[in-house]
Amino acid sequence: MATFQYFPHTPEDVRKMLDRVGAKSLDDLYCDVPQDLVHKEEYDLPDAMSEQEVRDFFESLDSKNQKLTVFVGQGSYDHYSPAVIPFITSRSEFLTAYTPYQAEISQGTLRYIFEYQSMICSLTGLDVSNASMYDGPTAAAEAVRMSLACTKKKTRVLVSSTLLKNVLETVETYSKFYGLQLDYLPADNGTTSYAALSEELAKGGVAGVLVPSVNRYGIVEDLGSFAEPIHAAGAMFIEYCDPSALAVVRTPGELGADIAVGDGQSLGIPMCFGGPYVGFMACRKDHVRKLPGRIVGQTVDADGRRVFCLTLQAREQHIRREKATSNICSNESLMALYTTVYLSLMGPEGMKEVNDRSYAAAHYLYEQLLSTGKFEKVFDKPFLKEFVLKPLVDAENLMIKLADGGFFAALPTEEGYVSFCATERRTKAQIDALVALVKEA
Amino acid sequence: MKYYDKLIFELSKEGRTGFSLGKNEWTETSDSLPSALRRSEPAVLPQVSEVDVVRHYTNLSQMNFGVDTGFYPLGSCTMKYNPKINEEIASMKGFQGLHPLQPASTVQGALEVYSGIEKALSAITGMSRFTFNPCAGAHGELTGLMIMRQHHLLRGDLKRTKVIVPDSAHGTNPASAAVCGLQVVVVKSNADGLVDVSDLKPLLSDEIAGIMMTNPNTLGLFEKEIKEIASLVHGCGGLLYYDGANMNPLIGVARPGDMGFDIMHLNLHKSFSTPHGGGGPGSGPVGVCEKLANCLPAPVVAPEEDGSLAQAFGKDACGRVSGFMGNFGVILRAYSYILMLGRQNLGFVGRYSVLAANYIKESLKEWYKLPIASVCKHEFVFDGLVNDGAVKDAEGNVVKEGATTLDVAKRLLDYGFHAPTIYFPMLFHQSIMIEPTESESVETLDAFIETMKVIAQEAAQDPDILKGAPHCTPISRPDETTAARNPLLKWQDSVC
Repeated sequence: MATFQYFPHTPEDVRKMLDRVGAKSLDDLYCDVPQDLVHKEEYDLPDAMSEQEVRDFFESLDSKNQKLTVFVGQGSYDHYSPAVIPFITSRSEFLTAYTPYQAEISQGTLRYIFEYQSMICSLTGLDVSNASMYDGPTAAAEAVRMSLACTKKKTRVLVSSTLLKNVLETVETYSKFYGLQLDYLPADNGTTSYAALSEELAKGGVAGVLVPSVNRYGIVEDLGSFAEPIHAAGAMFIEYCDPSALAVVRTPGELGADIAVGDGQSLGIPMCFGGPYVGFMACRKDHVRKLPGRIVGQTVDADGRRVFCLTLQAREQHIRREKATSNICSNESLMALYTTVYLSLMGPEGMKEVNDRSYAAAHYLYEQLLSTGKFEKVFDKPFLKEFVLKPLVDAENLMIKLADGGFFAALPTEEGYVSFCATERRTKAQIDALVALVKEA
Repeated sequence: MKYYDKLIFELSKEGRTGFSLGKNEWTETSDSLPSALRRSEPAVLPQVSEVDVVRHYTNLSQMNFGVDTGFYPLGSCTMKYNPKINEEIASMKGFQGLHPLQPASTVQGALEVYSGIEKALSAITGMSRFTFNPCAGAHGELTGLMIMRQHHLLRGDLKRTKVIVPDSAHGTNPASAAVCGLQVVVVKSNADGLVDVSDLKPLLSDEIAGIMMTNPNTLGLFEKEIKEIASLVHGCGGLLYYDGANMNPLIGVARPGDMGFDIMHLNLHKSFSTPHGGGGPGSGPVGVCEKLANCLPAPVVAPEEDGSLAQAFGKDACGRVSGFMGNFGVILRAYSYILMLGRQNLGFVGRYSVLAANYIKESLKEWYKLPIASVCKHEFVFDGLVNDGAVKDAEGNVVKEGATTLDVAKRLLDYGFHAPTIYFPMLFHQSIMIEPTESESVETLDAFIETMKVIAQEAAQDPDILKGAPHCTPISRPDETTAARNPLLKWQDSVC
C-alpha cells in the first residue's frame, strides 16, 4: 500500500471500500479488463521524487537555458507584466475551477469572462467577443472556417502573405484538412497587395479575406480601402491583430472588418516558451451564431439580480456534435483573466504609454542599427515596435553571436531578412549595448 | 460565498491608474504614425487603482468553487487535486522568460522538458512518440485525426473520408471529425453499454479512415472487445484513435498502445493533475505508434547529431497546429506531477480512482437508477432518481412533476458539493455522471453519499425543495432562456 501525499487512503479505508464494493483486492476491480492487456511489468519511469528533488531537478534544467534580453517578437512579445497578475490568477478559486457550467457557484469566472469580452470589444471596435480560443494562430484558422459558414456557396479564402509565419502555417493545416481552398495575396513592398486583392475577388467564390493589421515585417498596414471591395464580393473581412497595438492603431471596427482575431499574449502574459497564451475572436453581431467557442451573457437570477451564464450554447459541440460551429471545448479561460487584469491595471493611459514607449524604443533601435553599416533598409513604411532589415553579414552567425552576448535579436526570416522588436521594457542602455555588439559582428 | 455585484468598469474613475512603467527615456510617441493608421478614440477600459483591481478580483474569486474548495465529482473531467509544487515549477522566472523562437542552444533545458515528459508518457501509454503542440483535449483530437488522414494521404489512399464514432462518445469526437473534414458514421452501443461489434462490422470498408474510441467509455465501462475491434478496424485498413479524456483509471494498469490504438491524446489537465483554470489552459498531447511518427505536427523536439536537442520540421508532418510548441507552462506542471508520483505511486492513480467510483455507485444504487450494474472504472452513470416524488392521479397522469437530474444537481450545490456532469451521455434521459478521482478520502466520499441520500429523500417527500434549489449559493438559478433570446454579451451594451 502506497503512502503518498496526494492519496488519502489508509489501509483500513481501502479495506472498507473494497468490502462495500464486494471486491477482494484493487486488482479485482479490473476483472473486466482482459488479462493480457493488464500491464504487469514495472513502468519505465524514474523513482518518485520528493518536492525538494523536483525543485532541484527543474532548477538544473532551467540552468541549461540562457536568459536573454529579448529583441524579437514574431508573435511573442516581452511586455511588462504587473505584479498583481500572478497573485490574482493563482487564486485557487479561479485556478482549480472547471468550465463554469454551474453558474450559481461560478460567478467569479463568468464575470471576468464577461469583462474580458467587453474589453476585447473595446479594443477591436466590434460587437461581440467569445470567451477565448487557444492562441492567435488557431483563432485565425477558426475565423477562416467561420467565414465559410457565414457566406453561402463559397469555397475559397484569401490570405495575405504578410501574416506571421506561424499564423499562415496553422491556417494552412486547418484548411487543408477541412477542405477549403486558400489563395495567397502577395506582398507589395511589405504590405498586402491591393491589386492582387481586386484580381482574386473578381475571380469569385471568396468566402473570406484574412489580412494582418500589423504584419510579419512589423509594418502597420493601411487597410482603409479593403472593406468595400471585400463586402462588394460578398466576402468576410477578417483582420489578424496584436491586441496591445489596437490601443493605438485603427481598429477592425473602424476599418469595416467583420471578424478580428489575434493573440492576447501581448496583454500581460509571460512568453513562457510559447504558451499558454490566449486567442481572441470578435465579430459583428449578425454573425454571433456562427462564432465558435463559449460565450458568456448577462441575465437575471430567480431573485431578479444581475447574474452571468454561458449562453448561445446551441452552437457548441456538447449539444450539436458534428454540426457544431467548432470542436473547441476547453479554451484558455485563465489566460483571459491575465489579459483582463492587465487591461484593468493599464487602463487607456497605460496602453497608450506602452505603445508610445515601444514605438520610440523600436525607432531608436532601427536608426542605431542602420548606422552600424551592417544592414540595409528593406521597407520604408510605418512600423510600431517590430521591423526587419537586410543583413550584410551572415544572419545565423549574427543571431548566435548576439545570443552569446546575452541578447535574442536579429531572428533570420525566410525572406533573407532579420527581424527585431523593442517593447517598452527595453531601455536605451540595453539598445546601446546590443548595437555595440552588432558593430563588432 | 457572498454575492458581489460589481463589474470592473463600474469602479472606474477618470485619473486613476494601476501600472508603473517608470521614467520615460523617450520623447517620440506612436502619434508619429500617420493618422490614417491610428484609432480615432481611445479604447474604453477601466481606470482603476491597484487596490481596486486586487479587491475586485478577490471578491469575484469568492463566488467561485474550485477543487481546492471542495469535492468536484464532474464526470469525464477528472477533477483531481492540483498539487502546489506544480504551480511553483511553472512559475519559475527562468522558464517564464524564454522566448519560443530563441536559438536551440539557449533553450536546451526547456527542450529537455519535452523529451523527458515524452519518454514518461510513452511508458505510461505504450505509444512511441508524442507531440505537445495541441492546447487542449479537443485540439488533440483534431490533431490526431489530422495525423490519421495524413497517413492515408501519404500512402495515396484518398478514399478514406469517414470516421466511426460510438453513440456514447464525447461531443468533441464528432465535432473534431467534422473540423478535420471527415464524415461521421455512428456505431451503436449494445445493452451492456459497450460498442456493438455486430453493428460495427457492416460499417467497415475501404472508405473508413479509422475509429475514435474512449476506453473506458463515457459510461465508465471497459470496452472488453477492444482487441477484436482493433483487429477488425485494422483489417479494413483503418486506424484506431484513443480519446484520452478517460485515461485516468488505466494509469498504472493498462496501456492504449497494447490494446491496438495507433493514435491517442491525453488531457494533461485531467489525468496529469494540471489545474483546469475555469476552462483552460489545458494541454492535449498526442501520442502515436512508430509508423505514424513522421506525420506528427511540426515542430517536434528531436536530437541533433551532437546529442543536443532542436525543433525539427519533417516533410511528412501533417502541418502546424498551433503557434509554437503548445502550452509549455502546463507541460511543466504535468511533468512535475509525474516525477512526484514516480513508478512507485503510478500504479495507485487508476486503482484508487476506480475504487472510489465503485464505492459511490454501490452505496447509492438503491436511491438512484443504475442502468448498467457491472463493475465501473473511474466513473459511472445513474439515470435519475428511483423515486422522484412525482404525484400521479388514479389514471396514472402526473399531477405534480417529480425532481429531475437538474434539480438534484442544483440541490447538491446547497450542500457544498460541485454537481456531477448531467444529461451526458445522451444514451439516458436523466444521466448523472459521477467521477470522484483518487484524490478524495473515504470521509469525503461518505459525506457525498449521505448528502445524495438526503436529496433523494427530499425529492420523495417534496420535489419542490429541489426545484427551488440552490438556496445557499451567491445567486439562484439564472434565467438562461432570456440570456439566449436577448444576448447581452458586453458591459457597453448593458449600460446603453
